[in-house]
Amino acid sequence: MKTVRFVAYYGGLCICSALLLFPMVYALLMSFMDKADIFAGRLWPERWEWTNYQAAFKQAPLGSYLLNSLFVASVITIGRLIVSSLAAFAFVFLRFPGRDAWFYICIATMLVPWEATVIPNFLTVQQLGWTNHYFGLTIPFWAMAFGIFLLRQQFRQIPYELYEAARLSGIGNFRFFCHIALPLSKTGLVTLAVYSFLDAWNMYLWPLLVTSDDRVRTVQIGLKQLQTQEMANSWGVVMAAAVVAMLPTLVLLFVGQKQLRKGLMQGAIQ
Amino acid sequence: MNDRVSSPMPSAWPVPTQPTVRRTAMKAWMEGMVYLLPSLLLFGVFLFYPLARTLYLSMFSTNYQGAPIRFVGWAHFAALFQDESFWHSVKTTFFFAALTVPTTVAIAFCLALLVHEKRKGIGIFRTLFASTMGMSVAVASIIWMFMYNPAIGIMNRLLSALGFPAVSWLLDPDTALYAVAIATIWMNIGFTFLLLLAGLQNIDPSLYESARIAGLSYWRQLWTVSVPLLSPTLFFVTTVSLIQALQTFGQIDFLTKGGPVDATNVFVYAIYREAFVNYQFGFASAQAIVLFVIIAAITFLQFRFAERKVHYQ
Repeated sequence: MKTVRFVAYYGGLCICSALLLFPMVYALLMSFMDKADIFAGRLWPERWEWTNYQAAFKQAPLGSYLLNSLFVASVITIGRLIVSSLAAFAFVFLRFPGRDAWFYICIATMLVPWEATVIPNFLTVQQLGWTNHYFGLTIPFWAMAFGIFLLRQQFRQIPYELYEAARLSGIGNFRFFCHIALPLSKTGLVTLAVYSFLDAWNMYLWPLLVTSDDRVRTVQIGLKQLQTQEMANSWGVVMAAAVVAMLPTLVLLFVGQKQLRKGLMQGAIQ
Repeated sequence: MNDRVSSPMPSAWPVPTQPTVRRTAMKAWMEGMVYLLPSLLLFGVFLFYPLARTLYLSMFSTNYQGAPIRFVGWAHFAALFQDESFWHSVKTTFFFAALTVPTTVAIAFCLALLVHEKRKGIGIFRTLFASTMGMSVAVASIIWMFMYNPAIGIMNRLLSALGFPAVSWLLDPDTALYAVAIATIWMNIGFTFLLLLAGLQNIDPSLYESARIAGLSYWRQLWTVSVPLLSPTLFFVTTVSLIQALQTFGQIDFLTKGGPVDATNVFVYAIYREAFVNYQFGFASAQAIVLFVIIAAITFLQFRFAERKVHYQ
């Protein structure tokens, strides 16, 4: 009885995984097929070919798309960490008139969907000359209410007495922030970093609007380009590019899944 | 909410003279504002200003550069509410949300229940179940686009293997929205699963212990312990998914471009087309304001509900 249940349980898990992962595996297999295999609708490549990958990097500037994405996602992540942690620090440790009012204003930003502001934002960025520029792709995303909340929850775990003691012994706010508050908040910072990187890497609407030049295009928009240009005859190349584009986030997720799960709960629910 | 937010300034210290108090308060205010400044500045420039600007633009006719030309008052809104294609896109969006949100949450909840107990090798399955979270909308769309290909995609080959007639999926107005919905559900399972799993693991294990000692079956435990205690998380996840569904854009842009015959012309895609294809920035802004009102209302309700039900641990 016990073995039956064991087999049923793990068998069930494997079936669920297989169903869920099928589209990814399918894409991976296709990326190794030649045209004949694809048009025959095969599931398994007759012969494993690397040519699609070579073509994806040669015909399209996939390498530069990837570097752009890496750069843009990193800059958004780092900017968000700095901006959010500064604000969260003020909300938890500093006392000054008007603080609560500012806090409610930060909450209020959650009411506004990004899409509702996208038209003036596009016009602003255009006027600033930030289209086709990394500034336009990154700076608008540095401030984020969720990031502030997440780190606020994290900072609140630090005993206030520690802050008071540090102040009494003459440690300034900024030093406390850099040398005590941040190092004690790794969980929150890592969670926000993983979340932000995934979010930024996968961003679509905004980079579509503000880039028209291959030199700054992110990989998501590159995929769109590739899809419109190549789809008709070379699905394999497009699939190879898609596989390359999903690798970084998949790896990050495999490494950071546990951390993300624990940290997100802290900021999102409590 | 936060005991520190409302606590007064420390009062045990010796009472200083008036000007010193004011100067200290001023200094504290300045320092506090320095920490808040980056966030407030960015929110101001990229959130509050554009929101106000959207409202402003919604009352104007604009030129191709998006500059307001002629004041029209509420005329855009009046036109909008008379416009059949606007109501069609509203209906399509909510129908799309109804297709995707409950299904995603239900599947993710089942998956989370399957793996929330610690067992051998369970970490691998947790990671695999969360993995669609790493799929960007572009990657997911490309994969599903091929799977839906009527001639060589796997979906029709599967149907024909099972003896069903072929379906045109994305090319048929009757099936396109369902096809996009399936791809979306798949994409969103990962993140929803991760949040629900975290919620399940926040439940005090001793409650299960007591339930077991009381002799409750697995299903009874599910209904008396897991579901009630998870209800705040379920509510949170559902509203977040709903808001996300109302903002759907990428899948539509990739898979159908709002077609065929507007069958998948969801709200944000309609705004995008109005603004950045037709250059009707004023009219598009009116639509954006409607989107803002809907989403703000849902978010506000969520806040109120969450405040009332704060029995999280």
